[in-house]
Amino acid sequence: MLNIPRLQLHVPEPPARPGDPVSFDHIDIPAAGAVRRPDTAAREEDMRDLPYTLIRVLDDEGRAVGPWDPKLDPAVLLKGLRAMLMTRLFDDRMFRAHRQGKTSFYMKSTGEEAIGAAQSLVLGAGDMSFPTYRMSAWLMARDYPLLDMVNQIFSNADDPLHGKQLPILTSARDYGFYSISGNLGSRFGHAVGWAMASAYKGDDKIAIGYVGDGTTAEGGVHEAMTFASVYRAPAILCITNNQWAISSYSGFAGAEATTFAARAIAYGLPGLRVDGNDFLAVWAATQWAADRARTNHGTTVIELFTYRAEGHSTSDDPTKYRPADEASHWPLGDPIARLKQHLIAIGEWDEARHEALVAELTETIRVAVKAGEAVGTLGKSKPDVRHMFEGIFKEPDWRHIEQRNEMGI
Amino acid sequence: MALDTANTISVRTMNMIQALNSALDVSLAHDPDTLIFGEDVGYFGGVFRVTDKLQEKYGLTRCFDTPISEGGIIATAIGMGAYGLRPVVEIQFADYILPAYDQLVSEAARLRYRSNGQFWAPITVRSPYGGGIFGGQTHSQSPEAIFAHITGLKTVIPSNPYDAKGLLIAAIECDDPVIFLEPKRLYNGPFEGRPDAQVKTWAGHPMAEVPEGRYTVPLGKAATVREGNDVTVLAYGTMVHVALSAIEETGIDAELIDLRSIVPLDIDAIVASVKKTGRCLIVHEASKYAGFGGELSALVQERCFYHLKSAVRRVGGWDTPYPHAFEWDYFPGPSRIVPALRACLED
Repeated sequence: MLNIPRLQLHVPEPPARPGDPVSFDHIDIPAAGAVRRPDTAAREEDMRDLPYTLIRVLDDEGRAVGPWDPKLDPAVLLKGLRAMLMTRLFDDRMFRAHRQGKTSFYMKSTGEEAIGAAQSLVLGAGDMSFPTYRMSAWLMARDYPLLDMVNQIFSNADDPLHGKQLPILTSARDYGFYSISGNLGSRFGHAVGWAMASAYKGDDKIAIGYVGDGTTAEGGVHEAMTFASVYRAPAILCITNNQWAISSYSGFAGAEATTFAARAIAYGLPGLRVDGNDFLAVWAATQWAADRARTNHGTTVIELFTYRAEGHSTSDDPTKYRPADEASHWPLGDPIARLKQHLIAIGEWDEARHEALVAELTETIRVAVKAGEAVGTLGKSKPDVRHMFEGIFKEPDWRHIEQRNEMGI
Repeated sequence: MALDTANTISVRTMNMIQALNSALDVSLAHDPDTLIFGEDVGYFGGVFRVTDKLQEKYGLTRCFDTPISEGGIIATAIGMGAYGLRPVVEIQFADYILPAYDQLVSEAARLRYRSNGQFWAPITVRSPYGGGIFGGQTHSQSPEAIFAHITGLKTVIPSNPYDAKGLLIAAIECDDPVIFLEPKRLYNGPFEGRPDAQVKTWAGHPMAEVPEGRYTVPLGKAATVREGNDVTVLAYGTMVHVALSAIEETGIDAELIDLRSIVPLDIDAIVASVKKTGRCLIVHEASKYAGFGGELSALVQERCFYHLKSAVRRVGGWDTPYPHAFEWDYFPGPSRIVPALRACLED
């Protein structure tokens, strides 16, 4: 052997495990308003600084500052706040429903609500999102019927997907919400293909796709980015970096070495890195990328830098693999609290109105859950079993007819 | 079975998770070139706890987390295996193994053959499979047939804690790539396919008495779970328990064979049994069409044709994706096996 130190296998370790003190000092957070905003037609090679910084609009006092301030009408801000709050309250209610045995499974979006809410409102009715399972706020912002959502989660007789898919892994074509699968990263390329189809047809629609930080390791993500670059697809490819993939921190997806936004550079795509807990920053970056896509400048990659404030799903206990108080130390705060603070700062909101909104949404959820329970919860009610054999092919083949007969249905 | 008697004095009741954990523990202790990796298997100990405490015991480089990349997990395992290590990797759910399928089919299965023995990859790919936990279409499937079809891969499916440990150690020590499918519905107890019945644990089951030390159950040796004269029932994994329950319900004198591995397949045990009984029912949870039951049926016809008194029958999952709300309508439980058993005898 050579007279040099022996090779060592490197295995990443997160900064803190249960019982360790929490510190996010290693995260570099530029001041709100500090990052420049290039023209949407700018060349990618002239903005390779952006993947390494963090686009922020809301400062610590709740003011909107800097070139990325989208200067939104207060009515739009309130719509966003409402969607985010609805998502948070609904998640809490459904998590309890799981503990009560009313559903088989649930996943919360807690801490990430600004992403779905802002992007749903930025994009148009003809655009299509290819979401992950933490994007309920997209549907909430578009007033998706709450009862349909409850029925899908309860897998009951009125489940709009007829019991075929897991709770929360929903599909809502009319709301620009593509079918979710439990497989990770496998729809990133669909977003690119959908966008390519819009370009092929000469339409003005764009696609927005999502993966998490962990999923960037899947081959399909790199395939999608290659196609997006080659065909200048009118798409936005989002990497929601919420720091955790079940028990694995983002270092297991390569975050020790670089940012996720910087992956874009290798494909010649613009990469924006955005404070995902800042409703205005998410809005502005998405609007920028959408404008760029719609004007034939191709795909933008957006890293939405956020924090998964709860467990992965109802199946894991996050205190087993990260400090129990880690979420409360997240330096970029809670997206709902930050938008609320902004609305109060601009004189459009106050605590009393906020409490009234919480009460109103809580009551709306209670009514919807009660209506869903009246139809039935998991195991107490289910769709007509004949649906099991429908929708495999457009028309059933002999196997499905024979097997239906064998079941006597 | 090969018992290492020096180490097997102590026997303890284990569920299948504990038995698999013990197999990994024994293997890590036995061979420094054995290592474990996969999603969430390190500090957290795996989403089903099969690798619990192994990182703590053996250190960061012997049991560690990976990126979410099934193709990457299998590809690097093959590279490590080619170097001379014995990687044991976990794919968190068998439903998620498909991004790695090219690595398994085009690489792991053929490396030894195409290099004429210069390179090989003694990897073990553990993966929980099967339904019964309301996992929907991406946490419930039984993909064994797509591995059995690939020459060069061994495919092992235990049905109880004792076999799980012995088979896993044998798989790890095997110099060929092994797909090791763990019936997740059996992790905590035998399951008879009756979801409304009281949940059973492994406590008190004879196959839950597991030696603490190293032993192997050889790959390719079936187990006769129940001897009988009137019909041979072939099953593996979860369906061994479901079939046994169905047999007991009918009172039919059936011979139940647990295949334990489908590649290599204990063809001698199958042929001997069917020649004795003259009838054969095949049961698996996977969708029936082009399932492994088709291969078993063909083998039985080819080798036992003149002994058969009735048509070989198959019971499997319906030919649909695994439907979340209709789990127990899809699942081939006793209500489907019982009439098939009776039909075998009525011909």
